[in-house]
Amino acid sequence: MTDLGPLWLSLALAGVTTGILLLVGTPLAWWLSGTNSRFKPAIEAITALPLVLPPTVLGFYFLIALGPASPIGAFWLRVTGDALTFSFSGLVVASVFYSLPFMVQPLQNAFESIGRGPLEAAASLRASPLDAFFSVVVPLSGRGFITAAVLSFAHTIGEFGVVLMVGGNIPGKTRVISIAIYEHVETLNYAEAHFLSALLLVSAFLVLLFVYTLRRGGRVNV
Amino acid sequence: MSEGSPYSLSISAKVNYPGFSLDIDQSIELGGVTGLFGPSGGGKSTLLRIIAGFERNVTGAVGFSGSTWQDSATNTFVPAHRRPVGFVFQDSRLFPHLNVAGNLRYARERGVSSGQEIGFAEVVASLDLEPLLEKEVNVLSGGERQRVAIGRTLLAQPELLLLDEPLAALDVGRKSEILPYIEALPKRFGIPAIFVSHAVNEMARLADNVVVLEAGRVTATGSASGILSREELQLSSLPFEAVTILEVRVKEHLADLRLTRVEHRGQNMTVPSIEGAQGGDTVRLSVRSGDVVLATHEPQGISVRNVLRGTLLDILPLTDSAFATVSVDVDGTHLKAQLTRHAIAELGLEPGAQVFALIKTASFDRSV
Repeated sequence: MTDLGPLWLSLALAGVTTGILLLVGTPLAWWLSGTNSRFKPAIEAITALPLVLPPTVLGFYFLIALGPASPIGAFWLRVTGDALTFSFSGLVVASVFYSLPFMVQPLQNAFESIGRGPLEAAASLRASPLDAFFSVVVPLSGRGFITAAVLSFAHTIGEFGVVLMVGGNIPGKTRVISIAIYEHVETLNYAEAHFLSALLLVSAFLVLLFVYTLRRGGRVNV
Repeated sequence: MSEGSPYSLSISAKVNYPGFSLDIDQSIELGGVTGLFGPSGGGKSTLLRIIAGFERNVTGAVGFSGSTWQDSATNTFVPAHRRPVGFVFQDSRLFPHLNVAGNLRYARERGVSSGQEIGFAEVVASLDLEPLLEKEVNVLSGGERQRVAIGRTLLAQPELLLLDEPLAALDVGRKSEILPYIEALPKRFGIPAIFVSHAVNEMARLADNVVVLEAGRVTATGSASGILSREELQLSSLPFEAVTILEVRVKEHLADLRLTRVEHRGQNMTVPSIEGAQGGDTVRLSVRSGDVVLATHEPQGISVRNVLRGTLLDILPLTDSAFATVSVDVDGTHLKAQLTRHAIAELGLEPGAQVFALIKTASFDRSV
């Protein structure tokens, strides 16, 4: 019987990461969509870094930044009693950064396509900027939010290099599905590797099919 | 028409964009409809956006009835949503995720009334929105969209209504469909309005006072009749045909002839049916100077129904043109007629002469 523990762990990691990214990425994308700040290109570049860097590079820096010898890692150890590296929490922190562009870019595109018009209309009807964001921008960005959440979720499921560097391969804690597949192949257990790989392949295709159908749909009420 | 209004707006603003600059220092007494008139690209919309609070990078100050809305000197800026201003956009900007009723409720939930509240039912009734309430906004015609937009703006309980070329995106038929609604707004809801347009006929129909804006500068201000008849244009170089505004009293509707009989200070005229006006109502008619013919004797046996007796006031030749603008005092209204200088010479027209002004009924068509 195939051990599905890595699958559930991957889903939990992707779920938590997507949740955090919605909270962190939305304000960041909103700021980027409206700002004329001279820091905007730098922030955009940093956000997009995970798209071009080898995951091992990111993972390496995270290993150092989150390790017990670093201020962040030491602080975490003091507060929680656990090390951040080789733990689920460490995976979450790394995944949030690793999947950030997949949350921020679709949202930023959605916000920019709305433009100033509806916001000015809302302001002229006495809606404060925060009110206008939730009552006008969010409903008009429904597809952007779904695309961003689905892509962030799927991308987190698919990560390998960062997870391996930061989390290692601890069953129940950091052995996510991609790591489990790697392990099965290493131990020549091809049947198990096939099963999990096919599972990922099919679900990734379905997710992308969903996203592209959504995009093609023009004005869909979501 | 503007009774002593409690509202006044003072604007001093300097804006410099590449290829466009605005430099204004103007106080506007608000009452009824103030028309902001001038060619496209003259800064009318920018000025309106400054008043609404959509432009932060302005050197200068905006004050409304004693309160300061923005002042670059003291770094004061009241954001748009805290200004009691309603803005009707050229492109209506209805929210596509809400239906018509949802758009109206959006405004009503947020509007804060300072005096008498403008009610939902009243707005729906006055703009005939009842049949539209449950519709999605993307199925509305252009004219319907603007009616909903105006209603939505009113429900936010504004103290000042800004209309940025609300008719510009509509075709001719739709314009005449929506004009009566806009015309009735200030009287019905008692809110002063600033109406932006580059169309003389819209100004003549709607504005009580006019501010002329050209190339970012105010070149004339005055009553609509004074500005549009070109008597109060001062520095303006706007090329448009002088228009006379006649305030007439409705006497009776001749339903079978589709005409309305009206009276201008004792002299009778018939004009195409004026929908919605009751006997005794005062209505504004506008006549372009090119539609007026002058005669030195009362004409006989011609088709023109409207003959107004008056005294010739002055003759103003137009530079580099075959024409001159002739002013005729018709019971206190200065009626403008555009004639050839040749005709003036042959008829021997001179100031003080008794003349008859002939106006074809068709020139009173109130559609725009």
